[in-house]
Amino acid sequence: MEHIIQQGLLVGVLATGVRLATPFLLAALGEMFAQRSGVFNLGIEGIMMMGAFFGFLVTFFTGNPYFGLGSSLIVGFLMGLLMALVSVTLKAEQGISGIGLYMFGWGLSGLLFRLYVGGITSIPGLGPLHLPVLSDIPHIGSILFNHNWIVYLAYLLVPVAWFVLFKTPWGLRVRAVGTTPEAADTLGVSVNAVRYQALIVGGVLAGLAGAYLTIGQANMYADNITAGRGFIAVALVYFGRWNPWGILAGSLLFSMADSFQLWVQVMGITFPYELAVVLPYVTTILALAVSVGRVWTPAALGRPFDRGSRG
Amino acid sequence: MARRSLNEGVYLSKMNRNAGTIRLVKSWMQQLLILLGALLAALLIGAILLAIARSNPIRAYYVMFTGPFSSRFGITETLVRATPLLLVGLGIVISFRSGILNIGGEGQILAGAVTAAALALVLQSWPAPVLIPLVLLAAAAAGASWGGIAGWLKARLSVNEILSTVMLNQIALQIYLYLIRGPLIDPQEVAYGTGVPQTALLPRQVWFPRLVPATRLHAGLILALLLAVLVYVFLWRTTIGYRMRAVGAGPAAARYAGIRVEFYLILAMALAGAFAGLAGAVEVLGVHHRALEGLSGGYGFSGIVAALFGRLHPLGTIPASLLIGALILGADMMQRGVSIPAAMVMAIQGLVILFVVSSDILLRQPELLSRMVPRLAKKR
Repeated sequence: MEHIIQQGLLVGVLATGVRLATPFLLAALGEMFAQRSGVFNLGIEGIMMMGAFFGFLVTFFTGNPYFGLGSSLIVGFLMGLLMALVSVTLKAEQGISGIGLYMFGWGLSGLLFRLYVGGITSIPGLGPLHLPVLSDIPHIGSILFNHNWIVYLAYLLVPVAWFVLFKTPWGLRVRAVGTTPEAADTLGVSVNAVRYQALIVGGVLAGLAGAYLTIGQANMYADNITAGRGFIAVALVYFGRWNPWGILAGSLLFSMADSFQLWVQVMGITFPYELAVVLPYVTTILALAVSVGRVWTPAALGRPFDRGSRG
Repeated sequence: MARRSLNEGVYLSKMNRNAGTIRLVKSWMQQLLILLGALLAALLIGAILLAIARSNPIRAYYVMFTGPFSSRFGITETLVRATPLLLVGLGIVISFRSGILNIGGEGQILAGAVTAAALALVLQSWPAPVLIPLVLLAAAAAGASWGGIAGWLKARLSVNEILSTVMLNQIALQIYLYLIRGPLIDPQEVAYGTGVPQTALLPRQVWFPRLVPATRLHAGLILALLLAVLVYVFLWRTTIGYRMRAVGAGPAAARYAGIRVEFYLILAMALAGAFAGLAGAVEVLGVHHRALEGLSGGYGFSGIVAALFGRLHPLGTIPASLLIGALILGADMMQRGVSIPAAMVMAIQGLVILFVVSSDILLRQPELLSRMVPRLAKKR
């Protein structure tokens, strides 16, 4: 009997963990491209909030989660563009402009939510995608193959991001403008254009990560639904050493810690739940402390590119 | 960078005093114009967003801008909100000037607030002249340690301080909630079974005196103003302050000059945390007289806006805090008056940050403006 409960708990923790990694993966892979190109986008959290909200709002009005999803991507695109305008063209201090973007996204989604919706309302979401055979495998099936398609997409994006970053001309340009922008410029690569593209990719993926929270997971919207996930995604990029596989490992470590804390609450183990909620954040700080410092970072990260007097 | 400012110094000292003053006034006016431009642009976008959301922006802004100034209540409440903003902003000025970004104001405020409340409740019977300074110092120390963690992580392990402070915010919030729901909860809330998460009312002698009767304006404002002057003296008239600014201007050059960069980074973060912790204590002793849920209400972020709007100058942060305080109060009044959500003001503050940091380029490269304007004119 006890054996079965323990097994059920383990399957539960793992299955939830696999699912919870999705928004971190999406947002962190996008942020990886931005940082690889030399721009530190701290506004990811704000973009995710906007993506989550607009995905919810459009689904709420149209009843079709796919329209919601589309609008999240558009909002992510626009927010990425805004960040690029401020940080690339106008060369603003990136840490601060990211906080500005965060507050803008937070305030605007909060404003519109209270104007249009007001309370907790549920919307139709994306259900789990049932895969023949695979989903029916005991244990493994429910851990790995019983999720909606955004989850699979997020995991699929790991090798795709790796391929794009290291095996395509565009990926080479992104890495070049993030390490030696002057050299890239000399070779005729438009540094600012590549940074715009990378920030927009990051914005769209963060929008999708936000949409996953409302349309794919909760089927509703609540204030501060992202709960710092965007910031954690930024930290995961550092933790994963700007590499998709490292980001995958970080996302899983983090989401498993998160899942464990959720299951501790569900199982009714007497432990102040606030202290359990802290666990993932402590994990992140510890992970940063042990991983950062000795490792390579994109050399031009945080440094706006100035072509000099030629302008 | 360091080289340029050195040359600039020589250049200025060679000029006669008069010309120097004119130059100063001109750049001062320029800065003010750019700041006002940033604010107007943010408000304009806010108006457009309201219009898109089918709300009347004129009615909203009318309430938002006349409300805070049209009554004794409005004016005193503006000052009540400006007080924590100024305190947090002063810490932000110190940290940003030292080249380390403190985004952890929210967590440090809570650390200070809960420490202040707990200590005042434990030392119930102590006399005010001893208890109040003790409580304030303890709150500042709590904030300083919370900020100092991020400073230490940055200096010793080069952990990005923005990320660590953001994480520390979440951790502080959860610990704070745990404390006011659990060990520190008001025994009466338990006795009556209402269970509102807040501490018991603090002993009366630690309450800050009210400056205007029948309003919430309290002596914390005077404390904050005094500290603003003190921070100015500290940063520009003491060796430690000079070294901190040197670290901010260029850590490599500062290290070359024999300054212990790591130490000053930790100090900057601890001081920033101390000011935020103090802001938390001031909210507890001056406004709420207990620690309760939602105590900070975004002051940790709005303090950044105030500091940036004050051009990262301790004295400039005073009018900037008043302005942001009025905006926040105005938004609350707008919510009550014409039921437009106060969340609006967070979006406006975000836009203000974006515009202020974007317009920095105009201050750094004024020739850009003169080059851009004719080009724009030609296009038309």
